[in-house]
Amino acid sequence: MSGQGKCVTARYRWAVASRVVVAFGGGYALTSAAIVLASLLWPLPRAQAVMAASMLSFALYSGFILWAFHARHLRSVWAVSVAGTAGLSLAAWLLGAGGAA
Amino acid sequence: MKDAFRQSMAWLHTWVGLVAGWILFFVFVTGTAGYFQLEIGQWMQPERSVTAAPANADRTRLTELAMQRLEQVAPAAASWNVTFPYIRPGEREWMNFSIRWEEMPKSGHEYGAGGSEQLDTRTGAILPPDVEPRETAGGRGLYRMHYSLHYLPYQWAYRIVGIATMLMLVAIISGIITHKKIFKDFFTFRPGKGQRSWLDAHNAVSVMALPFFLMITYSGLLFFLFTYMPAGKAVLYGTDEESGRAFYDELYEGGAHRHAPIARPSAPMAPMLAQAAALWGADQIASVTIERMEGEPPQVIVSHVPVGLKLYDAAKLRFHADSGARLPDEPDPSGAPGATQTVMLNLHEGVYADYWGRWVYFASGLLGCGMIGTGLVLWTVKRRRFHLASGQDAREDAGVRLVEALNVATIAGLPLAIAGFFWANRLLPIGMMDRADWEYHSLFALWLGAFFYALARPLRRAWIELLWATCAAFALIPLLNGLTTGRHLFAAIGQGDWVFAGFDLTMLGLAACFAITARKAAKRLDAGSKAPSSPARQPILGEAQA
Repeated sequence: MSGQGKCVTARYRWAVASRVVVAFGGGYALTSAAIVLASLLWPLPRAQAVMAASMLSFALYSGFILWAFHARHLRSVWAVSVAGTAGLSLAAWLLGAGGAA
Repeated sequence: MKDAFRQSMAWLHTWVGLVAGWILFFVFVTGTAGYFQLEIGQWMQPERSVTAAPANADRTRLTELAMQRLEQVAPAAASWNVTFPYIRPGEREWMNFSIRWEEMPKSGHEYGAGGSEQLDTRTGAILPPDVEPRETAGGRGLYRMHYSLHYLPYQWAYRIVGIATMLMLVAIISGIITHKKIFKDFFTFRPGKGQRSWLDAHNAVSVMALPFFLMITYSGLLFFLFTYMPAGKAVLYGTDEESGRAFYDELYEGGAHRHAPIARPSAPMAPMLAQAAALWGADQIASVTIERMEGEPPQVIVSHVPVGLKLYDAAKLRFHADSGARLPDEPDPSGAPGATQTVMLNLHEGVYADYWGRWVYFASGLLGCGMIGTGLVLWTVKRRRFHLASGQDAREDAGVRLVEALNVATIAGLPLAIAGFFWANRLLPIGMMDRADWEYHSLFALWLGAFFYALARPLRRAWIELLWATCAAFALIPLLNGLTTGRHLFAAIGQGDWVFAGFDLTMLGLAACFAITARKAAKRLDAGSKAPSSPARQPILGEAQA
């Protein structure tokens, strides 16, 4: 990620912008999906499970952001965030998350 | 590979820190002041008498007085509460003897109208309100700004602060990863070496209170947990108000409950209080609540004075209001997750801490300001170097210039503005309309003024002059206080009034800190201007060209 010293091209700027979007936006979506699934799976009374999963989510979110800025290929970050969010959401839906919504 | 990781984390740390830096500085300054919000509040209302120890603290007698009054004022209520005079945790202020009630909710409403009164501990008569103190934003207003900002709708403000907090969490973790030799570097300080010195200072300050920073950041996010991370609650419970209520009922009440009307307990309350007193000691009984849930017997709940890390849910004894029999303890329905959140929130607020603990919090908060301040300066120092090295001439880069101006305005100017907030408290006419608002306006006007000043003046002059101005503004507060209230420093020390004395001494201490900083800055800048041919040597405070 070091653009310093080199000439900063438009391409580089777009790559950084894309990474920022996927790290913070994609990461938020992925984290949200993970909260829902974890709330369903956590062996606690439901309200407590929601709370526990939500409290831990900031750690997951930070972890994803760090990884997103380190990963060599931007495409793999996008892939993980999109496929991960879809996969976790699907799993949650199959477990019956749609019921209360 | 490991180096690449560190490098990418350094990049992230730099930019995340810059984006959130100024708002975090504001949050840290106002939040740090918040650890002494009660004391600042007392200083800002010098005519208000601080509640003294009660003339009568006999819980049984006080309960009798309270019951008589409650029967008159709220005969068919959903709940009654009697709060005894007890000294708050940290030995800071006595609670007043007071009663509180909630009427039965009207149909279609969740809560009924409530009311409260302060009573005389000897006669039970309603106390006349205190001497109307001056209207002020107070210590509470200063402290509230660290999450509700100002001039912005509350809903926006805590979301903005939440985003900044999340960026802070990312900045802290990436900063730790960037930092290769965390222990060795901690003992390294290379003063007088420009960028190196700033880096060392930034490292030392950051590592010193690292556990505090992690705790304060993560726990800060938990205050608005379901606003920041609503997904789980929204999907499993729904997003409308009704289902939100169902969630909280389940979490904190163990299911939905409806209040049923209560009356004065037919069982005598003295034995209940005696049981609690035998367990805890009489002065540890904080309050008595009488309530009844539909389908359950009416209850008398005797609560312990809030102490320790589970302050929000103090120990309780429950009794059957008609038979007087002890009822079994109710398990906390929020379980381990609820307890975790409670402990985190208490750690954040430091409510359990006594005076010494509070000073530790205060010092840690100041270190946080130092961490953010040095980090922001470091950014401009590095940048300037980069621009010089990349062949751009020493002329100001607009972006760097803006960051530098914001740095001066925030690091030197915000403290000046806070001092101005205290000045306004003493100088604005007592009966002024919207006086509290004008205290805030003074703060923000000064801050904005500092920014314009930093833009208009040569940068090095702006640093030195604003630092000295801040120093003077703090140093003169004890004098101003003495002239306007008569509770001056020597009188306060003589009377052992440590709230006023402590406030004045803290102001003098802050003034001393700013004087040292200003002198250091001036020295470096003079050295810089004598060697205009090597502008890169003194890049910290200087504009590059002499």
